[in-house]
Amino acid sequence: MSITLHIKKGLDLNIIGRPEGDPASAPYITPKTIALIPDDFPGLTLKPVVKEGDSVKGGQAVLADKRHPEIVLTSPAGGKIKAIVRGERRKLLRIEITPDASATSFNIPLTASADAGGVKSALQSSGLWSMIRQRPYDIVAEPDKEPRDIYISTLDTAPLAGNFDAGLAKNSDLLEAGVAALQKLTKGKVYVARREGSPIPDIKGAEMVNVGGPHPSGNPGVIIANTHPVNKGETVWTMDGLTLLRIGQLLSQNILSFETTIALTGSEVENPGYIKTVIGADIESITTGRIVKTGEHKRFISGNVFTGDNVGPDGYLRNPYRQITVIPEGDDVTEFMGWASISPKKMSVSRSFPGHFLHKLFNPDARLLGGRRAIIMSGEYDKVVPMDIMTEYLVKAILSRNIEQMEALGIYEIAPEDVAVAEYVCTSKMPLQSIIREGLEYLRKELE
Amino acid sequence: MKILKKTFDKMRPHFEEGGRLHSFKSVYDGFDTFLFTPTTTSTSGTHIHDAIDSKRTMIIVVMALMPCLLFGMYNVGYQNHLACGMTTFPFWQLFFYGFLAVLPKIAVSYLVGLGIEFIVAQWRNEEIQEGFLVTGILIPMICPIGTPLWMIAVATAFSVIFVKEVFGGTGYNIFNVALVTRAFLFFAYPSSMSGDQPFIARDTILGLGGNVADSFSGATPLGEVAAMAGTDASMHLTAINGATLSNWDLFFGLIPGSVGETSTLCILIGAAILLLAGIASWRIILSVFAGGAVMSLIAHLTATATYPASFLSVEQQLCLGGFAFAAVFMATDPVTAARTNTGKYIYGFLVGVIAILIRTYNNGYPEGAMLAVLLMNAFAPLIDYCVVQCNIRRRMNRAKVNA
Repeated sequence: MSITLHIKKGLDLNIIGRPEGDPASAPYITPKTIALIPDDFPGLTLKPVVKEGDSVKGGQAVLADKRHPEIVLTSPAGGKIKAIVRGERRKLLRIEITPDASATSFNIPLTASADAGGVKSALQSSGLWSMIRQRPYDIVAEPDKEPRDIYISTLDTAPLAGNFDAGLAKNSDLLEAGVAALQKLTKGKVYVARREGSPIPDIKGAEMVNVGGPHPSGNPGVIIANTHPVNKGETVWTMDGLTLLRIGQLLSQNILSFETTIALTGSEVENPGYIKTVIGADIESITTGRIVKTGEHKRFISGNVFTGDNVGPDGYLRNPYRQITVIPEGDDVTEFMGWASISPKKMSVSRSFPGHFLHKLFNPDARLLGGRRAIIMSGEYDKVVPMDIMTEYLVKAILSRNIEQMEALGIYEIAPEDVAVAEYVCTSKMPLQSIIREGLEYLRKELE
Repeated sequence: MKILKKTFDKMRPHFEEGGRLHSFKSVYDGFDTFLFTPTTTSTSGTHIHDAIDSKRTMIIVVMALMPCLLFGMYNVGYQNHLACGMTTFPFWQLFFYGFLAVLPKIAVSYLVGLGIEFIVAQWRNEEIQEGFLVTGILIPMICPIGTPLWMIAVATAFSVIFVKEVFGGTGYNIFNVALVTRAFLFFAYPSSMSGDQPFIARDTILGLGGNVADSFSGATPLGEVAAMAGTDASMHLTAINGATLSNWDLFFGLIPGSVGETSTLCILIGAAILLLAGIASWRIILSVFAGGAVMSLIAHLTATATYPASFLSVEQQLCLGGFAFAAVFMATDPVTAARTNTGKYIYGFLVGVIAILIRTYNNGYPEGAMLAVLLMNAFAPLIDYCVVQCNIRRRMNRAKVNA
């Protein structure tokens, strides 16, 4: 049984810096430092359970949630706690770990039973639970709510994203074990989405979804909206293919692995390609010697150009991204009357730019390329949000903090990443992703 | 360019908080961002943005208006020469006459409108918004050439302040600012805005053109038609010198009327620019013409002598007056039109229907496009509300089925 989705709305950007080569033969880089960043796990309030200077083993709990102490983040590698960094009002910013060994997979003997409770506690104590997200609110899955369905998206359609299909296809037995485990946690279906023509075989026990079309077609939110949308009161879990693989590995082989293959992409990267490392690795270890040497300011993004975090050259690989993108910052560019430009180098969905008609790769920088305005143009968002959601009206409902209207317009179905393309095309340069995030946070606070 | 950039950067401190010229910061920012693309980079959300911005959007609309404006200038000269009974029509002389007649109106509209925008932007501590770039050129184009400058100034000020700024500026207004300017003129100074006097330029300018006798009627074709009420309507449109007007004359537009609205051909060129650039909504343009055609057809099939305009054929209705101009440039204003895709069809269709309805069944007021668009501006939020409600209902039904 499989479903086929042909997503029509959306946008694929042609930008310089696509990753080349085979992810399987990527070189391994041992990071100098690894960081766990609480902000990457919305919905959790994380407290450290270790002290600076402590030695930790791979897979040992480092942070625990305040409300559900059984949900923990575990150390991706063995080593020493280098620092617990706090910011204003003692907000926990990150825990830095100096890894002492290159081992990235650990034997975790499971003592729990193989029923739903056992699977749950295995996921929670291993730290894999924190990688499962839920709709509504786009937060880490809440343990006391049973999901209606579970969606796994194995494809990343974001600009310059890597293609990790081959690695997943090779380990289809682990994916199968993962699906079997997840099936115990829901009465509904486990959906596994793969790109059309992907080598990933049908997975026993899962409802396969073949997805074609431009970004954001690979977003779990879009796949859910086009198969079985989330209604008020329902919870749906989402995760990526690698998390499913890790779950399968943990439950069938008792091995916990935090190794990850990432794509190093963007116009400022020399020979964009794949690299193996550990989650939370520092950007410096990964990018040293791989960045184009020019005087221009650069922006280091953990993730893709739509949803990633601007982490700087001394930042860390953030959850849940498997991509680092380096693009020009653009704050050192003097451009005369850019709004009147007919230069073919300008990237736009607007047919008023000659570049729109050219089949070429562009090199955009991080400038807004215009001033922020009230929403003027209509219908722009609808062209790139492939969900039955009136984005403009939802955004207005959020801005006016009208809860009833937010619910009626489908806020439970959406995550910030689903409107990222709309934010990119917006003539008025509206910060749509932060508005959606604000709305989700506001709603969660008001309703709980 | 570098020198200019350096000059601007050197001046910047004076305009910042505490600087001598801080009260002109919005103006400085306006010029700075006009000349140089701002180097503000993304701080949240997407790291890259599309190259399109509101400046470019507005400028494309202004460019799309250029064929109409240039033709309008020529036509102003042409009508003046025709009214004076001249028999030769030297192209550049006609054009310069029209240019000199229209230019002061453009200048006044921009000066008053942008002046208010600058003040308000400074007062609110905001960037100057580009909306008036379009409004400012639309205003002289939808007024009769005989409108006195001071009236344009008063009407522009009224409309920018009370239709736009009190609602919060560009993007928040309910009514089309340019059309309210015209409506204000129409209702406040009806004698200067309608009848057979104001639609042709009547005086010489810098020795160009000729003086037209006060008694000379420069009625627009629609005005002529309206005056035929009750008579046995043998529909026969004439130019101001009495020559018969064919449908092609109406299409090319060498007829009296407001400056920019007479040439359907130039309007269609403008429409092509807007649609190719993807700025205007083809849904609205298409459905306004469809609505107009349907209503004209109904009127034509049930024509009566009481309402002489009902004898006009569909082509004539669509080419005459401000109908085409309203369809392409007024109804498509994204802020005041319906914003949902389904809503746009309904909104556009009703604009078309109502424009012809008013024009045909009201002899006292020969043109209906302006009021039709303003009326539908008021109803656009209601149309959108219904469309959004459909989406909401679909979502609720879905939840019920599943529950």
